[in-house]
Formats: sequence, C-alpha cells, structure tokens
Amino acid sequence: MGNAIEVEHLVIARGKRRVLHDFTCSVPSGSVTGLLGPSGSGKTTFMRAVVGVQKIVSGRVTVLGHPAGSRPLRDKVGYLTQAPSVYADLTIRENARYFASLYGLGAKEADAAVSDVGLSTAKDQLVGQLSGGQRARASLACAIVSRPQLLVLDEPTVGQDPVLRNELWQRFHAMAKAGSTLLVSSHVMDEAGRCDRLLLIREGHLIADETPAAVRRNAGTDDLDEAFLRLVQANDPEPQANDPEKLAHDPEKVA
Amino acid sequence: MSLRHTFGTAGRILRQLRHDRRTIALILVVPTVLLTLLRYLYDDNPRLFDRVGLIMLGVFPLVIMFLLTSVAMLRERTSGTLERLLTTPIGKVDILLGYGIAFAVAAAVQAAVVSTLAFWLLGLDTLGPPWLVGVIAVGNAVLGMALGLLVSAFADSEFQAVQFMPAVVLPQVLLCGLLQPRDRMPGWMEAISDALPMSYAVQALTELGTHADPTAVMWRDLAIIVGCVLVALLLGAATLRRRTA
Repeated sequence: MGNAIEVEHLVIARGKRRVLHDFTCSVPSGSVTGLLGPSGSGKTTFMRAVVGVQKIVSGRVTVLGHPAGSRPLRDKVGYLTQAPSVYADLTIRENARYFASLYGLGAKEADAAVSDVGLSTAKDQLVGQLSGGQRARASLACAIVSRPQLLVLDEPTVGQDPVLRNELWQRFHAMAKAGSTLLVSSHVMDEAGRCDRLLLIREGHLIADETPAAVRRNAGTDDLDEAFLRLVQANDPEPQANDPEKLAHDPEKVA
Repeated sequence: MSLRHTFGTAGRILRQLRHDRRTIALILVVPTVLLTLLRYLYDDNPRLFDRVGLIMLGVFPLVIMFLLTSVAMLRERTSGTLERLLTTPIGKVDILLGYGIAFAVAAAVQAAVVSTLAFWLLGLDTLGPPWLVGVIAVGNAVLGMALGLLVSAFADSEFQAVQFMPAVVLPQVLLCGLLQPRDRMPGWMEAISDALPMSYAVQALTELGTHADPTAVMWRDLAIIVGCVLVALLLGAATLRRRTA
C-alpha cells in the first residue's frame, strides 16, 4: 500500500512567525495516524495544509496522488475542523443532509452518518441546543457522511466522555479497515496508543514519525506521556527541564 | 457551477431562516410598521406619501436584506462552515448564488406583503402598475443582499458588519434623490449619485409613480440594478479565498 499523504519540506508562516519548519513526513494508506503535540504546536495548521485551505510558504503536500486541495480531491477528503463547523440553526439531520447533498448523496447516507456518531435519538434537535460534545459529534457526522478516502479529524474526541471516546476510536479503526485513511489530531497523549502510527510535533518541528511501539522503545519507557517528554528533551537544544508540565501534562487527560 | 449545489445551498439557508421565527417576523413587521408610520406622518398630504412611501418601498428591503446577509455571510466565515464548504465539491459561485436565491425568496415574500399593505390599506397611489412596483422592490432587496455579501468580506466581526450599513447604505439614501432632486445637486455630488446603484432604484420607482406605463428609463434602471447585483456577486465570489493564512 502507498501513502495517502506525502509532505515534503513544508514551511508555513503566520505573519512573520514560522509555524511549521521544514516538515517532511508521510501517512500510509489505510492507517489511523495520530498527530500529537501540545496546544499551539502547529497541528491544526498542518491539517489545514493537508486539506488545502492553508497558505504555505514552500514545500509540497500530495494527497492521494494529487496536490492538496485540488479539485479531484474535494469528494475524497473529509475534514473535521477543531471548532464544530455545523449550522447552529439547523437540526442535526438537516446539517447531515445538506453536507450529503454536496456529494450527491441522499437522506439514507445522511441518517447513517448521524447514527454512526450516536446521535440518532437527537437527530431532530437544533444543533444550537446541543451540548458541546454532541455538537462536536454532529460536526463529525458531516465529515464522515461521504465515506471519504481520507478523513482529517482535528481533535474529534475533545469533550466526549470515556465511553463515547472509546466508541469513536473503534469507529475510526473500522473505517480504516474498510479502506479509509485517517489523520487524527489530539493533545492528549493517552490517545496516542490507539493509533497505528504517530506524528509527534512540537513548536512546528516534527520530532517523531513512528509506531507507538517504536516511540516507547526508543524512549525506553512504556508510558507515552513520559516518552514524549523524553523525545522533546532529546530534541531540544536548550532543555527546559524545569518546565515539563507545559509539555505533556494535560488537565483534560482522563485518568 | 452546479444547479444541485446552488439550490441545495439556497434550501439550506431558507431552512435556517425557517427555524428563526423572530427574524421572519422582523423581516415582515418592521417595514410594515415603518410604512404605516409614514402614512400617518403625512396624513394631511397624501401626495407626499405617494412619493416618499413609494420610494421607501424600495429603500426598506434594501437596508434589511443588506444587514441580514452581511451578518449571515460573516457567520458562515467565522463559524468555520465556509472553510469546510471550500474543502467539499461545491463551487464558490454556487455558495453565493445559493445565498442570492434564498434571500431573493425572502425578499419577494417581504415585498409582496409590504406592497399589498401599502396599496390596499394605506392607500398608496401610483400611476404605474403595483406589480411592477413589487418587482422593483424585490430587485432592491436583491441588490441589498448582494452588497451585504460583498462587504461581509471586509468585516472581521458582527460589530464591524453592522457598521457597514451606515457606511455603505446611508450615503446612497442621502444622494439618491429622495431628500434633494438629483439635478439640483452640485455637479460633483450628482456624479457620485450617478455612480450609486440606489439612485437608479429610486428613479425607477419614481418613474412608476408618475407614468401609467413602464418607461424606457425604468427598464434601463432595472437593468442597471440587475447589473450591479451580478457585479457585486462576482466580486463577492472573488473574496472567497480557498487558502487563507
């Protein structure tokens, strides 16, 4: 199997600040690849480059054999933005049907996507009246409705309870088994272990592109949290060991 | 461009409106109340109401649709839904035409209600046919919508978007010939007036008020309004950038 995403020497700036520095990596087809790193490390910027809505300074992003964002990709790539991007003044079902219609799909596919994210019983509620977690799942339903070959999911499990989080990860792996490729970002290290491959990113630098097992082995610890911290310190020219909290501790982490 | 995408988007926007009952009420009630106020303000001078009331039938829909669409489009930009749409197969022109059709439907309903009230209950009197007054009123509403879509590109927040109303619409109200006939303005001001689309909308309505049959000037004015709508929509499509920083 080839690579669904190939990134070569990607450089992205926001204003004068470099957000991604000479980023080179690839995402194998049919995998669930995790994009892990602390908040503000450049995860969202990288995902926006993959779906082709980010201005880049230099480098190349190839998705399913085409330049990122080009026309042939628009019905093959699904994108979940970090903030739920659904219409608050429509019901869940109306949102799913609208996004389904953009791909030439009908009510059946829309309803299936809504039930895939566990919202069948709430499907006639206005999105504006939902809880944060439900709203995020409504947004996810609109991203998966077209069964895209590549799904780019920016923090899809934030705000979900542990049971739902578990269901969503099972769903992601089922989609990968069915042939889709998933790129999933998270800033919670305990989700890293659920991925087939990991891209670890810190302050715009790629510091690891491995399987979770290899990350653990290289760092010499079973704890991915700790492994990430060690990798950061090994890659840091000026170790900031006095502030490890900033790097890996996360209050949302589920104990 | 795809009809399925355009009409799908128009349907989605109308569905959003349908869930927002208060906005629907405001669209219909506000111009109705304002026109009624105007009628009794000029109670002892029905001729003046015939002139000013007729022009207001064109001005109110333009102002209301301008505000509605500039905020609706800004929401689309800031909520992330626009960014998501631009990663799907829909084209930029489909999105804008979808807005155009949806708000034109809303405008047509508004114009029908307000014109009916004006002609039958408030005794508005024009030499020209009421249905053509309605057509010009819808044209004005669509013009307001197209301008609203365009300026939303230059606003970062709802605060800024609503301020574009006095900035873009009020100068047109001042210079459209309502407060002072255009040919009595200083030359430079008349030139500005000539460049503003609302001047033609007001002229078209005035023609309808004073001529029994539609005149060549009125048809030309209507063509200019339609042209301005198309230019504003195309400029609006150019402001939708797939890639942003």
